Amino acid sequence: MANVKNVRGMQHINEHAEFVASQPQPAPNAGDAPREAGVSSLLEYDPQYILQVRDLKKHFPIKDGMLSRVTGYVKAVDGVTFNLKRGTTMGLVGESGCGKTTTGRTILRLNGDKTAGDVLFNGKEVYDLTKKELHDARTKMQIIFQDPFSSLSPRMPVGEIIGEAVREHNLVPKAEFNDYIDDIMDKCGLQSFHKDRYPHEFSGGQRQRICIARALALNPEFVVCDEPVSALDVSIQAQIINLLEELQEQFGLTYLFISHDLSVVEHISDTVGVMYLGNLVEYGDTDDIFRNPLHPYTKALFSAIPVPDPTVKMKRIVLEGSIPSPANPPEGCKFHTRCANCMEKCKHEAPVQKEIEPGHYVVCHLYDDAAEVSK
Amino acid sequence: MAKKKETGYLSAKESRRIAKANRKITDEFEKKYKRKNVPESEYLTEMHDKSNVLEIDDLHTYFFTDVGTSKAVDGVSFEVPQGKTVGVVGESGCGKSVTSLSVMQLLQRPQGQIVSGSIRLNLGDKAYDVTNTPIEVMQKLRGNFVSMVFQEPMTSLNPVFRIGDQIDEVIELHEGQHMTKEEIKARSIEMLELVGIANSEGVYKMYPHELSGGMRQRVMIAIALACSPRLIIADEPTTALDVTIQAQILDLFRSLKDRINSSIMIITHDLGVIAEMADYVVVMYAGRVVEKGTAEEIFAHPAHPYTIGLMASKPVVGKKVDKLYSIPGKVPNPINMPDYCYFRDRCEMKCGPECDGEYPHEISLSPTHKVSCYRFYGQQVSDGKGGEQ
Repeated sequence: MANVKNVRGMQHINEHAEFVASQPQPAPNAGDAPREAGVSSLLEYDPQYILQVRDLKKHFPIKDGMLSRVTGYVKAVDGVTFNLKRGTTMGLVGESGCGKTTTGRTILRLNGDKTAGDVLFNGKEVYDLTKKELHDARTKMQIIFQDPFSSLSPRMPVGEIIGEAVREHNLVPKAEFNDYIDDIMDKCGLQSFHKDRYPHEFSGGQRQRICIARALALNPEFVVCDEPVSALDVSIQAQIINLLEELQEQFGLTYLFISHDLSVVEHISDTVGVMYLGNLVEYGDTDDIFRNPLHPYTKALFSAIPVPDPTVKMKRIVLEGSIPSPANPPEGCKFHTRCANCMEKCKHEAPVQKEIEPGHYVVCHLYDDAAEVSK
Repeated sequence: MAKKKETGYLSAKESRRIAKANRKITDEFEKKYKRKNVPESEYLTEMHDKSNVLEIDDLHTYFFTDVGTSKAVDGVSFEVPQGKTVGVVGESGCGKSVTSLSVMQLLQRPQGQIVSGSIRLNLGDKAYDVTNTPIEVMQKLRGNFVSMVFQEPMTSLNPVFRIGDQIDEVIELHEGQHMTKEEIKARSIEMLELVGIANSEGVYKMYPHELSGGMRQRVMIAIALACSPRLIIADEPTTALDVTIQAQILDLFRSLKDRINSSIMIITHDLGVIAEMADYVVVMYAGRVVEKGTAEEIFAHPAHPYTIGLMASKPVVGKKVDKLYSIPGKVPNPINMPDYCYFRDRCEMKCGPECDGEYPHEISLSPTHKVSCYRFYGQQVSDGKGGEQ
């Protein structure tokens, strides 16, 4: 185990170096080793879930001074636990800076090493995959980035942007390559003559379609959508959301949909997780969460949504102040500094996740008794 | 597609010709603004209705670019009554921001010019026509009587000056003649407290990068309100902010509006924000007003197909739909506008041959509710005709 860890450390330093291939690997039976690691981590694989995340943590070091000593850690993700069923969409909501994006990227192993916790993708611990296995797994998990203006290379024609990874992974024979790209572009609402154009010739909505096509060209099972519509206009937003839904039906995709727009999340998601300062404070079915929000933060968040109806005057819970720094989060429950229902207990003791209704989890001291009753 | 080629790939010769012609036009306008010692009679005017703070009448703002003239605002008229909030909605590129910049005379000059129309600004005893006001005079109005909160609090504060200095500057410029440095500082700190910044003394000494997005937007609002303007133009004030912070900022706007009794013109593409804030709503599309009315009228009985489409395309919490409506097609190219109804090619309520005719004029559905669509020809309310008066 220690040996494996060491290899991973080196990988991290030389992420693009190829020397890792020379390390001894259980090549003929590659699937076995991570499986064992998964068992040892005590998180059992349940085939109905494509993704199981337990107590995931990602801390970024803060370096200071001339010697770049580590003076502290930004606890971007500090204990996130959820399961994601195959073919469903999970929405991840929260204020900016609460760790939504870092969660998405850490799950895909795009942020270097995790700090703690387990990520099981199809029953395999993502962080125990060897370089080659990770390379293969990349085709199964993809990401759509937030800003379609900065996530496309300005020097590559669109066909090349979409096809680059397909070629890298040898997904289709050379002869069929062009037809394959045409087919994917067609599914994402792009014309085949767009192939030779460059990204600057497209509008925001079109660019987001290119990003989607790029992700889907690899035939993935799981796609992290990191705020795919927040940079777009309202009418374009609707087009992209509809496209994502159509593609999900067609390919049986699973989405992790990260957004701060609650109305979009309610529309597209089957389950919703609410994040605050690196923690998942509430998690459950979309209907449960939106009809019956339990955590005080979720309540405040939902009451802040403006309703497009002037006759409805909502009673609003306005949160005072802003989100505390994740480098120095408050003791006890992280939300206690802004919570209206703050008790003495909240200031010292961090609450743990409890299942209030079947499938509806909340992390709050207010429900300490309720959880016992339900059991 | 062919259209795009036409405008996108001009020959150098053609482009030079256009640039030369443009310069001729814009120089003319520039001269007008740069005049000094202009007699007041030239830019003073009478409000059509004394209870309005702002009246925009048939405003045309064009951008003279090297690839052709872009008609960003093409005949916009609406009013902002005293003490009320008017919301302007529309997609990006529909001319919302350009309309507001025209009011402030902050257009990107010399390319951007107000070509015709009038913008009447009521300052209580006097009324100014912004379109004829020279820069010299306009500088005294900006910040003092009409001020603006910009969209991006990240980019609109100067990163090399302390927050305090930036607020002081406004107060010093407009009211500072009889004030000492200490008084100005006290006023700035008072403004910071007014916008709900608890650590006002500390923030006074901070640089913009030390503040979060919500705090920066509060500072922007403090700067805008420093001289108690009669009209605040808020250009997408909450778009860059989180929902919880957005709720705080909207609350702040509402309470401040009542306190200094000013009017707000709020520009946004979020219909939720509009419903919450606005008394009157103006819906813009491709540089024109397609529908306007009170918030109740617009939300309860949207008339223009574009307004209806806009409302249907936004998911609403608590209302489940299987598929979101999306308006087909896209906004026409502002350089090559069609001569029929701009929305015809995207409209799904085709009413017939009359839609191929010229751009529909405004129809009054009620004294306050007006729409530009052929579907309502013949439904004119009798007293609506004289509504402009």
